[in-house]
Amino acid sequence: MSVQRSGVAKQPAYDVAVVGGGPAGLAATAAAARLGRRVVLIDAGAQLGGQYWRHANVSSAGPHDHVGHRDWEVFEALNERIRRHRQTGAAVHVAATQVWFIEPPGSDAGEPDWTLHLAPTCGAPDDRMPRTVRADRLILCPGCYDRQLPIPGWDLPGVMAAGGVQALLKGQRTLAGKRAVVAGTGPFLLPVAEQLARNGARVVAVCEASRIGNWGRHLPTVARTPSKFAEAASYGWSLARARVPYRTGTVVMRIEADSSGEQVGAVKLGRLGSDGRLRESSESLDVDLVALGWGFTPALELVSAAGAETRVDVDQSLVAVVDEEQQSTVAGLYIAGEATGVGGAQLALAEGELAGIAAADATHLERSRVRALRREIRRLRAFAVAMQRSHPVPPRWSEWLTPETLVCRCEEVAYAQVSEATSDLAATDARTLKLLTRCGMGWCQGHVCGFATATLAAAGQARQLNAEDLRPLAKQFPCAPIRLGSLLEH
Amino acid sequence: MVPEVPVPGVPATIHLTLDGRELTARAGQSVGAALTEAGIRSWRRTRHGGRPRGLFCGIGICYDCLITADGVPNLRACLLPASDGMQLTSTGSELTPTTDGGVA
Repeated sequence: MSVQRSGVAKQPAYDVAVVGGGPAGLAATAAAARLGRRVVLIDAGAQLGGQYWRHANVSSAGPHDHVGHRDWEVFEALNERIRRHRQTGAAVHVAATQVWFIEPPGSDAGEPDWTLHLAPTCGAPDDRMPRTVRADRLILCPGCYDRQLPIPGWDLPGVMAAGGVQALLKGQRTLAGKRAVVAGTGPFLLPVAEQLARNGARVVAVCEASRIGNWGRHLPTVARTPSKFAEAASYGWSLARARVPYRTGTVVMRIEADSSGEQVGAVKLGRLGSDGRLRESSESLDVDLVALGWGFTPALELVSAAGAETRVDVDQSLVAVVDEEQQSTVAGLYIAGEATGVGGAQLALAEGELAGIAAADATHLERSRVRALRREIRRLRAFAVAMQRSHPVPPRWSEWLTPETLVCRCEEVAYAQVSEATSDLAATDARTLKLLTRCGMGWCQGHVCGFATATLAAAGQARQLNAEDLRPLAKQFPCAPIRLGSLLEH
Repeated sequence: MVPEVPVPGVPATIHLTLDGRELTARAGQSVGAALTEAGIRSWRRTRHGGRPRGLFCGIGICYDCLITADGVPNLRACLLPASDGMQLTSTGSELTPTTDGGVA
Protein backbone atom coordinates (compact mmCIF):
# COMPACT_ATOMS: atom_id res chain seq x y z
CA MET A 1 0.00 0.00 0.00
CA SER A 2 1.56 3.24 -1.05
CA VAL A 3 1.46 6.02 1.48
CA GLN A 4 -0.06 9.14 0.09
CA ARG A 5 -0.08 12.37 2.03
CA SER A 6 -3.61 13.50 2.61
CA GLY A 7 -4.64 17.05 1.94
CA VAL A 8 -2.60 16.97 -1.25
CA ALA A 9 -3.13 20.16 -3.20
CA LYS A 10 -2.73 18.20 -6.46
CA GLN A 11 -6.24 16.82 -6.07
CA PRO A 12 -8.54 18.86 -8.31
CA ALA A 13 -11.09 20.95 -6.47
CA TYR A 14 -14.71 20.45 -7.45
CA ASP A 15 -17.33 23.15 -7.49
CA VAL A 16 -19.69 21.05 -5.40
CA ALA A 17 -19.24 17.92 -3.27
CA VAL A 18 -22.36 15.93 -2.44
CA VAL A 19 -22.24 13.34 0.35
CA GLY A 20 -24.92 10.65 0.16
CA GLY A 21 -26.42 8.88 -2.85
CA GLY A 22 -30.04 8.59 -1.73
CA PRO A 23 -32.93 10.67 -3.12
CA ALA A 24 -31.62 14.02 -1.79
CA GLY A 25 -28.03 13.45 -2.89
CA LEU A 26 -29.02 12.23 -6.35
CA ALA A 27 -31.32 15.20 -6.91
CA ALA A 28 -28.64 17.62 -5.67
CA THR A 29 -25.98 16.09 -7.92
CA ALA A 30 -28.19 16.14 -11.00
CA ALA A 31 -29.26 19.75 -10.38
CA ALA A 32 -25.77 21.16 -9.78
CA ALA A 33 -24.32 19.25 -12.76
CA ARG A 34 -27.17 20.43 -15.02
CA LEU A 35 -26.27 24.00 -14.07
CA GLY A 36 -22.72 23.52 -15.27
CA ARG A 37 -20.98 22.80 -12.00
CA ARG A 38 -18.35 20.08 -11.57
CA VAL A 39 -19.77 17.77 -8.94
CA VAL A 40 -18.31 14.91 -6.94
CA LEU A 41 -20.83 12.53 -5.37
CA ILE A 42 -19.49 10.47 -2.48
CA ASP A 43 -21.65 7.57 -1.36
CA ALA A 44 -21.17 4.84 1.23
CA GLY A 45 -23.13 2.38 -0.88
CA ALA A 46 -21.64 0.21 -3.58
CA GLN A 47 -24.62 1.27 -5.71
CA LEU A 48 -26.49 4.56 -5.78
CA GLY A 49 -30.01 4.81 -4.38
CA GLY A 50 -29.52 5.14 -0.62
CA GLN A 51 -31.75 3.18 1.74
CA TYR A 52 -34.92 4.11 -0.14
CA TRP A 53 -33.83 2.72 -3.51
CA ARG A 54 -31.54 0.01 -2.16
CA HIS A 55 -31.52 -2.74 -4.76
CA ALA A 56 -29.84 -6.05 -5.48
CA ASN A 57 -26.35 -5.93 -6.92
CA VAL A 58 -26.65 -5.07 -10.60
CA SER A 59 -24.12 -7.75 -11.56
CA SER A 60 -26.68 -10.39 -10.59
CA ALA A 61 -29.85 -8.37 -10.84
CA GLY A 62 -33.03 -10.21 -11.61
CA PRO A 63 -35.82 -8.87 -13.80
CA HIS A 64 -37.99 -8.21 -10.76
CA ASP A 65 -35.54 -6.17 -8.73
CA HIS A 66 -37.64 -3.06 -8.90
CA VAL A 67 -40.74 -4.84 -7.57
CA GLY A 68 -41.76 -3.26 -4.30
CA HIS A 69 -39.75 -0.10 -4.91
CA ARG A 70 -41.73 3.11 -4.80
CA ASP A 71 -40.93 5.68 -7.48
CA TRP A 72 -38.43 3.35 -9.16
CA GLU A 73 -38.83 5.26 -12.42
CA VAL A 74 -37.74 8.45 -10.62
CA PHE A 75 -34.54 6.67 -9.54
CA GLU A 76 -33.88 5.34 -13.03
CA ALA A 77 -34.32 8.80 -14.55
CA LEU A 78 -31.99 10.44 -12.00
CA ASN A 79 -29.45 7.67 -12.35
CA GLU A 80 -29.50 8.08 -16.12
CA ARG A 81 -29.02 11.86 -15.86
CA ILE A 82 -26.07 11.39 -13.52
CA ARG A 83 -24.60 8.70 -15.78
CA ARG A 84 -24.64 11.21 -18.68
CA HIS A 85 -23.02 13.88 -16.50
CA ARG A 86 -20.34 11.36 -15.58
CA GLN A 87 -19.67 10.68 -19.25
CA THR A 88 -19.08 14.37 -19.93
CA GLY A 89 -16.93 14.70 -16.82
CA ALA A 90 -19.39 17.07 -15.14
CA ALA A 91 -20.00 14.56 -12.35
CA VAL A 92 -17.77 12.03 -10.60
CA HIS A 93 -19.17 9.22 -8.46
CA VAL A 94 -17.00 7.89 -5.63
CA ALA A 95 -18.75 4.69 -4.53
CA ALA A 96 -18.45 2.54 -1.39
CA THR A 97 -16.72 5.41 0.38
CA GLN A 98 -17.43 7.20 3.64
CA VAL A 99 -16.33 10.64 4.80
CA TRP A 100 -14.55 10.29 8.14
CA PHE A 101 -13.44 13.88 8.63
CA ILE A 102 -14.47 17.29 7.29
CA GLU A 103 -12.20 20.34 7.26
CA PRO A 104 -14.16 23.55 6.70
CA PRO A 105 -12.70 26.21 4.41
CA GLY A 106 -9.82 28.11 5.95
CA SER A 107 -9.03 25.55 8.64
CA ASP A 108 -5.84 24.61 6.84
CA ALA A 109 -3.73 27.68 6.05
CA GLY A 110 -4.64 29.02 2.65
CA GLU A 111 -7.17 26.29 1.79
CA PRO A 112 -10.28 28.07 0.51
CA ASP A 113 -12.21 24.83 0.02
CA TRP A 114 -13.98 22.18 2.01
CA THR A 115 -11.70 19.18 2.40
CA LEU A 116 -13.32 15.79 2.86
CA HIS A 117 -11.24 12.88 4.11
CA LEU A 118 -12.37 9.56 2.71
CA ALA A 119 -12.24 5.93 3.80
CA PRO A 120 -13.66 2.84 2.12
CA THR A 121 -16.93 1.57 3.56
CA CYS A 122 -15.44 -1.93 3.75
CA GLY A 123 -11.88 -3.05 4.28
CA ALA A 124 -8.59 -1.31 3.60
CA PRO A 125 -8.22 1.62 1.21
CA ASP A 126 -6.85 0.77 -2.21
CA ASP A 127 -4.55 3.00 -4.19
CA ARG A 128 -7.15 3.94 -6.78
CA MET A 129 -9.45 5.72 -4.40
CA PRO A 130 -8.87 9.37 -3.55
CA ARG A 131 -7.98 9.94 0.11
CA THR A 132 -9.28 13.48 0.08
CA VAL A 133 -11.67 15.51 -2.03
CA ARG A 134 -11.81 19.31 -2.11
CA ALA A 135 -14.80 21.37 -3.14
CA ASP A 136 -15.97 24.96 -3.06
CA ARG A 137 -19.46 24.05 -1.79
CA LEU A 138 -20.62 21.08 0.23
CA ILE A 139 -24.06 19.44 0.23
CA LEU A 140 -24.65 16.87 2.98
CA CYS A 141 -27.43 14.34 2.37
CA PRO A 142 -26.61 11.73 5.02
CA GLY A 143 -30.09 10.21 5.37
CA CYS A 144 -31.32 8.44 8.46
CA TYR A 145 -31.70 5.08 10.14
CA ASP A 146 -34.30 3.38 12.33
CA ARG A 147 -34.75 4.93 15.74
CA GLN A 148 -34.62 2.32 18.48
CA LEU A 149 -35.86 2.03 22.03
CA PRO A 150 -34.42 -0.59 24.37
CA ILE A 151 -36.80 -3.47 25.14
CA PRO A 152 -36.03 -6.40 27.44
CA GLY A 153 -34.39 -9.04 25.21
CA TRP A 154 -33.86 -6.71 22.22
CA ASP A 155 -30.26 -7.82 21.83
CA LEU A 156 -31.20 -11.43 21.04
CA PRO A 157 -30.29 -12.55 17.51
CA GLY A 158 -33.42 -12.47 15.37
CA VAL A 159 -34.37 -9.02 16.66
CA MET A 160 -33.58 -6.48 13.97
CA ALA A 161 -34.23 -2.93 12.96
CA ALA A 162 -37.25 -2.80 10.63
CA GLY A 163 -35.10 -1.01 8.05
CA GLY A 164 -32.50 -3.76 8.26
CA VAL A 165 -35.12 -6.43 7.60
CA GLN A 166 -36.23 -4.43 4.57
CA ALA A 167 -32.63 -3.86 3.43
CA LEU A 168 -32.06 -7.63 3.41
CA LEU A 169 -35.11 -8.05 1.18
CA LYS A 170 -34.47 -5.12 -1.15
CA GLY A 171 -30.71 -5.42 -1.38
CA GLN A 172 -30.08 -9.13 -0.95
CA ARG A 173 -33.37 -10.93 -1.64
CA THR A 174 -32.92 -12.51 1.78
CA LEU A 175 -35.73 -13.21 4.22
CA ALA A 176 -34.55 -12.59 7.79
CA GLY A 177 -37.06 -14.97 9.39
CA LYS A 178 -40.12 -17.13 8.78
CA ARG A 179 -42.50 -15.96 11.48
CA ALA A 180 -42.31 -12.27 12.21
CA VAL A 181 -43.75 -9.51 14.32
CA VAL A 182 -43.21 -5.92 13.14
CA ALA A 183 -43.42 -3.43 15.99
CA GLY A 184 -42.85 0.18 16.96
CA THR A 185 -44.57 3.20 15.48
CA GLY A 186 -44.98 4.96 12.16
CA PRO A 187 -46.17 4.25 8.62
CA PHE A 188 -42.84 2.59 7.76
CA LEU A 189 -43.94 -0.55 9.64
CA LEU A 190 -46.49 -1.16 6.86
CA PRO A 191 -44.15 -1.63 3.87
CA VAL A 192 -41.81 -3.76 5.99
CA ALA A 193 -44.68 -6.07 6.99
CA GLU A 194 -46.03 -6.08 3.45
CA GLN A 195 -42.66 -6.99 1.92
CA LEU A 196 -42.07 -9.75 4.49
CA ALA A 197 -45.50 -11.23 3.75
CA ARG A 198 -45.07 -10.94 -0.01
CA ASN A 199 -41.75 -12.79 0.20
CA GLY A 200 -43.19 -15.70 2.13
CA ALA A 201 -42.84 -14.84 5.82
CA ARG A 202 -45.81 -15.27 8.14
CA VAL A 203 -46.32 -11.87 9.75
CA VAL A 204 -48.21 -12.67 12.96
CA ALA A 205 -48.84 -9.00 13.82
CA VAL A 206 -47.95 -5.41 13.17
CA CYS A 207 -47.86 -3.76 16.61
CA GLU A 208 -48.37 0.00 16.22
CA ALA A 209 -47.96 1.85 19.52
CA SER A 210 -49.98 4.85 18.32
CA ARG A 211 -53.67 5.05 17.56
CA ILE A 212 -55.00 5.77 14.10
CA GLY A 213 -57.34 8.34 15.67
CA ASN A 214 -54.26 10.56 16.11
CA TRP A 215 -54.51 11.33 12.40
CA GLY A 216 -57.98 12.85 12.89
CA ARG A 217 -56.57 16.28 13.69
CA HIS A 218 -54.51 16.27 10.52
CA LEU A 219 -57.09 15.39 7.87
CA PRO A 220 -56.76 18.70 5.95
CA THR A 221 -53.01 18.08 5.63
CA VAL A 222 -53.57 14.50 4.49
CA ALA A 223 -56.05 15.79 1.91
CA ARG A 224 -53.26 17.93 0.43
CA THR A 225 -50.98 14.90 0.07
CA PRO A 226 -53.25 12.32 -1.60
CA SER A 227 -50.28 10.23 -2.83
CA LYS A 228 -49.29 9.50 0.78
CA PHE A 229 -52.81 8.44 1.62
CA ALA A 230 -52.95 6.19 -1.44
CA GLU A 231 -49.63 4.62 -0.46
CA ALA A 232 -50.83 3.82 3.07
CA ALA A 233 -54.09 2.46 1.70
CA SER A 234 -52.31 0.14 -0.73
CA TYR A 235 -50.17 -1.31 2.08
CA GLY A 236 -53.25 -1.66 4.28
CA TRP A 237 -55.03 -3.53 1.50
CA SER A 238 -52.05 -5.87 0.93
CA LEU A 239 -51.76 -6.61 4.64
CA ALA A 240 -55.49 -7.29 4.94
CA ARG A 241 -55.26 -9.69 2.00
CA ALA A 242 -52.29 -11.46 3.65
CA ARG A 243 -54.37 -11.60 6.88
CA VAL A 244 -51.80 -9.66 8.86
CA PRO A 245 -53.39 -8.21 12.01
CA TYR A 246 -52.67 -4.48 12.45
CA ARG A 247 -52.90 -3.76 16.16
CA THR A 248 -52.82 -0.20 17.38
CA GLY A 249 -52.06 0.95 20.93
CA THR A 250 -49.99 -2.22 21.18
CA VAL A 251 -46.29 -2.66 21.91
CA VAL A 252 -43.81 -5.49 22.20
CA MET A 253 -42.82 -5.05 25.84
CA ARG A 254 -40.59 -8.09 26.27
CA ILE A 255 -38.65 -10.33 23.90
CA GLU A 256 -37.88 -13.86 25.01
CA ALA A 257 -35.33 -16.40 23.82
CA ASP A 258 -36.24 -19.76 22.35
CA SER A 259 -35.24 -23.00 24.11
CA SER A 260 -31.63 -22.63 22.95
CA GLY A 261 -31.36 -19.29 24.71
CA GLU A 262 -29.44 -18.04 21.68
CA GLN A 263 -32.12 -16.37 19.60
CA VAL A 264 -35.60 -14.91 19.77
CA GLY A 265 -38.50 -17.30 20.36
CA ALA A 266 -41.44 -15.19 21.48
CA VAL A 267 -42.64 -11.70 22.32
CA LYS A 268 -44.91 -10.49 25.12
CA LEU A 269 -47.35 -7.77 24.14
CA GLY A 270 -48.43 -4.76 26.13
CA ARG A 271 -51.26 -2.27 25.66
CA LEU A 272 -50.87 1.48 25.93
CA GLY A 273 -53.84 3.10 27.62
CA SER A 274 -55.18 6.47 26.53
CA ASP A 275 -53.28 7.89 29.54
CA GLY A 276 -50.07 6.52 27.98
CA ARG A 277 -49.60 3.95 30.73
CA LEU A 278 -48.41 0.48 29.85
CA ARG A 279 -50.52 -2.52 30.77
CA GLU A 280 -49.10 -5.97 30.39
CA SER A 281 -51.28 -8.20 28.29
CA SER A 282 -51.35 -11.94 28.79
CA GLU A 283 -50.74 -12.37 25.11
CA SER A 284 -47.55 -13.82 23.77
CA LEU A 285 -46.63 -14.51 20.12
CA ASP A 286 -44.19 -17.18 18.94
CA VAL A 287 -41.84 -15.63 16.40
CA ASP A 288 -38.34 -16.08 15.00
CA LEU A 289 -38.04 -12.48 13.79
CA VAL A 290 -38.82 -9.17 15.49
CA ALA A 291 -38.56 -6.05 13.30
CA LEU A 292 -38.44 -2.86 15.36
CA GLY A 293 -38.68 0.80 14.39
CA TRP A 294 -39.77 3.95 16.22
CA GLY A 295 -39.49 6.43 13.40
CA PHE A 296 -36.06 7.48 12.23
CA THR A 297 -32.93 9.19 13.48
CA PRO A 298 -31.18 11.49 11.01
CA ALA A 299 -27.45 10.77 10.65
CA LEU A 300 -25.94 13.99 12.00
CA GLU A 301 -22.28 13.18 12.58
CA LEU A 302 -21.09 15.04 9.46
CA VAL A 303 -23.45 17.95 10.11
CA SER A 304 -22.05 18.22 13.66
CA ALA A 305 -18.46 17.85 12.46
CA ALA A 306 -18.98 20.69 9.97
CA GLY A 307 -20.14 22.93 12.81
CA ALA A 308 -23.70 23.50 11.58
CA GLU A 309 -26.41 24.49 14.05
CA THR A 310 -28.86 21.79 15.11
CA ARG A 311 -32.29 21.79 16.77
CA VAL A 312 -34.86 19.33 18.11
CA ASP A 313 -37.59 18.52 15.60
CA VAL A 314 -41.27 17.64 16.22
CA ASP A 315 -40.36 13.94 16.45
CA GLN A 316 -37.64 14.70 19.07
CA SER A 317 -34.86 13.97 16.57
CA LEU A 318 -31.86 16.24 16.38
CA VAL A 319 -31.90 17.87 12.91
CA ALA A 320 -29.90 20.49 11.02
CA VAL A 321 -31.07 24.10 10.86
CA VAL A 322 -31.37 25.28 7.24
CA ASP A 323 -32.66 28.39 5.52
CA GLU A 324 -34.94 28.80 2.47
CA GLU A 325 -32.08 27.68 0.21
CA GLN A 326 -31.18 24.61 2.28
CA GLN A 327 -28.06 26.43 3.48
CA SER A 328 -26.99 25.60 7.02
CA THR A 329 -25.71 28.13 9.54
CA VAL A 330 -22.26 27.57 8.03
CA ALA A 331 -21.72 29.49 4.77
CA GLY A 332 -21.25 27.21 1.77
CA LEU A 333 -22.67 24.17 3.57
CA TYR A 334 -26.04 22.94 2.33
CA ILE A 335 -28.06 20.13 3.91
CA ALA A 336 -30.94 18.23 2.34
CA GLY A 337 -33.12 15.22 3.04
CA GLU A 338 -33.79 13.52 6.36
CA ALA A 339 -31.00 15.42 8.15
CA THR A 340 -33.17 18.56 8.06
CA GLY A 341 -36.16 16.66 9.50
CA VAL A 342 -37.49 13.19 8.73
CA GLY A 343 -39.99 13.51 5.89
CA GLY A 344 -39.54 10.78 3.30
CA ALA A 345 -38.12 10.45 -0.17
CA GLN A 346 -40.36 12.91 -2.04
CA LEU A 347 -39.42 15.69 0.37
CA ALA A 348 -35.76 14.69 0.15
CA LEU A 349 -35.89 14.90 -3.66
CA ALA A 350 -37.27 18.44 -3.53
CA GLU A 351 -34.79 19.58 -0.88
CA GLY A 352 -31.90 17.97 -2.73
CA GLU A 353 -32.75 19.69 -6.01
CA LEU A 354 -33.13 23.05 -4.26
CA ALA A 355 -29.78 22.55 -2.49
CA GLY A 356 -28.16 21.68 -5.83
CA ILE A 357 -29.54 24.83 -7.46
CA ALA A 358 -28.52 27.00 -4.49
CA ALA A 359 -25.02 25.52 -4.24
CA ALA A 360 -24.64 26.26 -7.96
CA ASP A 361 -25.50 29.92 -7.22
CA ALA A 362 -28.42 29.64 -9.62
CA THR A 363 -31.55 30.42 -7.60
CA HIS A 364 -31.93 33.74 -9.49
CA LEU A 365 -31.73 31.90 -12.83
CA GLU A 366 -34.26 29.25 -11.84
CA ARG A 367 -36.89 31.37 -10.14
CA SER A 368 -39.99 29.43 -11.17
CA ARG A 369 -38.40 26.04 -10.42
CA VAL A 370 -37.24 27.30 -7.02
CA ARG A 371 -40.76 28.58 -6.26
CA ALA A 372 -42.26 25.22 -7.23
CA LEU A 373 -39.74 23.34 -5.10
CA ARG A 374 -40.42 25.54 -2.07
CA ARG A 375 -44.16 24.94 -2.46
CA GLU A 376 -43.55 21.19 -2.67
CA ILE A 377 -41.27 21.32 0.40
CA ARG A 378 -43.89 23.22 2.44
CA ARG A 379 -46.65 20.78 1.46
CA LEU A 380 -44.61 17.66 2.21
CA ARG A 381 -43.13 19.11 5.40
CA ALA A 382 -46.67 19.74 6.69
CA PHE A 383 -47.46 16.08 6.03
CA ALA A 384 -44.25 15.00 7.78
CA VAL A 385 -45.19 17.03 10.86
CA ALA A 386 -48.67 15.46 10.88
CA MET A 387 -47.06 12.03 10.60
CA GLN A 388 -44.63 12.72 13.43
CA ARG A 389 -47.39 14.08 15.70
CA SER A 390 -49.56 11.04 14.95
CA HIS A 391 -46.79 8.52 15.67
CA PRO A 392 -44.87 9.77 18.71
CA VAL A 393 -42.49 7.65 20.72
CA PRO A 394 -44.63 6.49 23.69
CA PRO A 395 -43.75 9.02 26.40
CA ARG A 396 -43.64 6.36 29.10
CA TRP A 397 -41.63 3.78 27.15
CA SER A 398 -39.14 3.34 29.99
CA GLU A 399 -41.89 1.58 31.98
CA TRP A 400 -41.20 -1.60 30.04
CA LEU A 401 -37.51 -1.68 30.95
CA THR A 402 -36.22 -4.09 33.59
CA PRO A 403 -33.02 -3.42 35.58
CA GLU A 404 -31.20 -5.95 33.37
CA THR A 405 -32.36 -4.50 30.02
CA LEU A 406 -29.38 -3.33 28.00
CA VAL A 407 -29.67 0.33 27.05
CA CYS A 408 -26.33 0.41 25.22
CA ARG A 409 -25.80 -2.78 23.23
CA CYS A 410 -22.14 -2.10 22.40
CA GLU A 411 -20.88 -1.44 25.92
CA GLU A 412 -23.53 -3.69 27.52
CA VAL A 413 -24.81 -1.00 29.86
CA ALA A 414 -27.93 -2.13 31.72
CA TYR A 415 -30.83 0.13 32.68
CA ALA A 416 -29.90 -0.36 36.36
CA GLN A 417 -26.53 1.31 35.73
CA VAL A 418 -28.21 4.18 33.88
CA SER A 419 -30.73 4.65 36.72
CA GLU A 420 -27.95 4.64 39.28
CA ALA A 421 -26.02 7.24 37.32
CA THR A 422 -29.00 9.56 36.94
CA SER A 423 -30.26 9.19 40.52
CA ASP A 424 -27.20 8.62 42.74
CA LEU A 425 -24.22 9.79 40.71
CA ALA A 426 -25.63 13.14 39.62
CA ALA A 427 -25.53 12.49 35.89
CA THR A 428 -27.78 15.47 35.22
CA ASP A 429 -27.05 15.65 31.50
CA ALA A 430 -26.45 13.21 28.66
CA ARG A 431 -22.75 14.02 28.39
CA THR A 432 -22.12 13.07 32.04
CA LEU A 433 -24.37 10.03 31.72
CA LYS A 434 -22.34 8.91 28.72
CA LEU A 435 -19.03 9.37 30.54
CA LEU A 436 -20.19 7.65 33.72
CA THR A 437 -21.89 4.65 32.13
CA ARG A 438 -20.17 4.40 28.71
CA CYS A 439 -23.61 4.51 27.06
CA GLY A 440 -22.99 5.55 23.46
CA MET A 441 -19.21 5.11 23.68
CA GLY A 442 -18.90 1.75 21.95
CA TRP A 443 -18.58 0.70 18.33
CA CYS A 444 -21.78 2.39 17.15
CA GLN A 445 -20.94 5.65 18.94
CA GLY A 446 -24.50 6.17 20.15
CA HIS A 447 -26.21 5.63 16.81
CA VAL A 448 -28.44 2.97 18.36
CA CYS A 449 -28.80 4.01 22.03
CA GLY A 450 -28.33 7.77 21.57
CA PHE A 451 -32.01 8.72 21.63
CA ALA A 452 -32.75 6.44 24.61
CA THR A 453 -29.71 7.65 26.55
CA ALA A 454 -30.54 11.30 25.95
CA THR A 455 -34.20 10.72 26.88
CA LEU A 456 -33.28 8.88 30.09
CA ALA A 457 -30.88 11.69 31.05
CA ALA A 458 -33.66 14.25 30.63
CA ALA A 459 -36.20 12.04 32.43
CA GLY A 460 -33.78 11.69 35.36
CA GLN A 461 -34.13 15.46 35.80
CA ALA A 462 -37.89 15.35 35.19
CA ARG A 463 -37.55 17.70 32.24
CA GLN A 464 -38.25 17.65 28.50
CA LEU A 465 -35.63 16.33 26.08
CA ASN A 466 -33.63 19.19 24.59
CA ALA A 467 -30.95 19.68 21.95
CA GLU A 468 -28.18 19.67 24.58
CA ASP A 469 -29.21 16.13 25.54
CA LEU A 470 -29.02 14.91 21.95
CA ARG A 471 -25.94 16.78 20.69
CA PRO A 472 -23.22 14.86 22.58
CA LEU A 473 -24.65 11.62 21.19
CA ALA A 474 -24.69 12.89 17.59
CA LYS A 475 -21.03 13.93 17.55
CA GLN A 476 -18.44 11.43 16.50
CA PHE A 477 -14.79 11.45 15.67
CA PRO A 478 -13.93 9.94 13.32
CA CYS A 479 -17.27 10.26 11.55
CA ALA A 480 -16.83 6.81 9.99
CA PRO A 481 -14.59 3.89 10.98
CA ILE A 482 -11.05 4.11 9.64
CA ARG A 483 -7.98 1.93 9.96
CA LEU A 484 -5.25 3.20 12.26
CA GLY A 485 -2.94 3.32 9.26
CA SER A 486 -5.13 5.98 7.66
CA LEU A 487 -4.89 8.13 10.77
CA LEU A 488 -1.12 7.70 10.89
CA GLU A 489 -0.81 8.83 7.28
CA HIS A 490 -2.56 11.96 8.26
CA MET B 1 -37.53 -15.84 -3.47
CA VAL B 2 -36.95 -14.04 -6.75
CA PRO B 3 -35.69 -16.51 -9.35
CA GLU B 4 -32.04 -16.16 -10.20
CA VAL B 5 -31.00 -15.02 -13.63
CA PRO B 6 -27.59 -16.21 -14.78
CA VAL B 7 -25.28 -13.37 -15.75
CA PRO B 8 -22.39 -14.11 -18.10
CA GLY B 9 -19.03 -13.88 -16.38
CA VAL B 10 -20.42 -13.86 -12.86
CA PRO B 11 -20.48 -17.17 -10.97
CA ALA B 12 -24.08 -17.89 -10.01
CA THR B 13 -22.93 -19.35 -6.72
CA ILE B 14 -20.13 -18.16 -4.49
CA HIS B 15 -18.52 -20.62 -2.06
CA LEU B 16 -17.23 -19.43 1.28
CA THR B 17 -16.74 -20.84 4.78
CA LEU B 18 -17.52 -19.88 8.35
CA ASP B 19 -15.14 -21.59 10.79
CA GLY B 20 -14.62 -24.24 8.13
CA ARG B 21 -18.32 -24.85 7.51
CA GLU B 22 -19.19 -24.44 3.84
CA LEU B 23 -21.68 -21.79 2.81
CA THR B 24 -22.95 -20.47 -0.48
CA ALA B 25 -23.98 -16.99 -1.56
CA ARG B 26 -25.41 -15.53 -4.72
CA ALA B 27 -23.26 -13.13 -6.68
CA GLY B 28 -23.53 -9.66 -5.20
CA GLN B 29 -24.80 -10.82 -1.81
CA SER B 30 -23.37 -9.63 1.47
CA VAL B 31 -21.75 -11.93 4.00
CA GLY B 32 -24.59 -11.11 6.41
CA ALA B 33 -27.21 -12.21 3.87
CA ALA B 34 -25.32 -15.43 3.09
CA LEU B 35 -25.09 -16.30 6.81
CA THR B 36 -28.78 -15.49 7.31
CA GLU B 37 -29.80 -17.74 4.42
CA ALA B 38 -27.69 -20.54 5.91
CA GLY B 39 -29.76 -20.16 9.09
CA ILE B 40 -26.83 -18.74 11.07
CA ARG B 41 -27.95 -15.87 13.27
CA SER B 42 -24.91 -14.97 15.31
CA TRP B 43 -21.16 -15.09 14.77
CA ARG B 44 -19.81 -13.00 17.57
CA ARG B 45 -19.99 -12.86 21.37
CA THR B 46 -19.90 -9.70 23.43
CA ARG B 47 -16.89 -8.92 25.61
CA HIS B 48 -18.61 -8.75 28.98
CA GLY B 49 -21.73 -10.89 28.91
CA GLY B 50 -20.67 -13.30 26.16
CA ARG B 51 -23.98 -12.56 24.46
CA PRO B 52 -24.54 -13.79 20.90
CA ARG B 53 -24.68 -11.11 18.21
CA GLY B 54 -25.47 -11.04 14.51
CA LEU B 55 -27.39 -8.67 12.23
CA PHE B 56 -29.32 -5.88 13.91
CA CYS B 57 -29.47 -2.63 11.93
CA GLY B 58 -28.54 -4.34 8.65
CA ILE B 59 -27.24 -1.10 7.11
CA GLY B 60 -23.81 -0.51 8.65
CA ILE B 61 -24.81 1.62 11.62
CA CYS B 62 -24.75 -0.64 14.70
CA TYR B 63 -21.60 -2.78 14.34
CA ASP B 64 -23.30 -5.74 16.00
CA CYS B 65 -22.49 -7.96 13.01
CA LEU B 66 -18.70 -7.60 13.09
CA ILE B 67 -16.90 -10.59 11.61
CA THR B 68 -13.38 -11.64 10.65
CA ALA B 69 -12.92 -12.31 6.93
CA ASP B 70 -9.67 -13.77 5.54
CA GLY B 71 -7.95 -12.74 8.75
CA VAL B 72 -9.15 -9.12 8.70
CA PRO B 73 -11.10 -8.51 11.92
CA ASN B 74 -14.04 -6.21 12.68
CA LEU B 75 -15.69 -6.03 9.28
CA ARG B 76 -19.41 -5.29 9.06
CA ALA B 77 -21.02 -8.47 7.70
CA CYS B 78 -24.06 -6.52 6.53
CA LEU B 79 -21.94 -4.44 4.15
CA LEU B 80 -19.17 -6.88 3.26
CA PRO B 81 -19.67 -8.46 -0.18
CA ALA B 82 -19.30 -12.25 -0.16
CA SER B 83 -16.48 -13.44 -2.39
CA ASP B 84 -15.50 -16.83 -3.69
CA GLY B 85 -13.13 -18.67 -1.32
CA MET B 86 -13.65 -16.19 1.51
CA GLN B 87 -12.86 -17.64 4.94
CA LEU B 88 -14.98 -16.21 7.71
CA THR B 89 -14.19 -16.65 11.38
CA SER B 90 -16.63 -16.14 14.21
CA THR B 91 -15.33 -14.50 17.36
CA GLY B 92 -16.04 -15.63 20.88
CA SER B 93 -16.86 -19.12 21.96
CA GLU B 94 -18.93 -21.88 20.44
CA LEU B 95 -21.08 -21.73 17.34
CA THR B 96 -24.74 -20.96 17.55
CA PRO B 97 -27.91 -22.90 16.78
CA THR B 98 -29.59 -22.49 13.44
CA THR B 99 -33.14 -21.32 12.84
CA ASP B 100 -34.22 -24.82 11.88
CA GLY B 101 -33.23 -26.20 15.27
CA GLY B 102 -29.92 -27.77 14.27
CA VAL B 103 -26.53 -26.69 15.48
CA ALA B 104 -24.14 -25.05 13.10
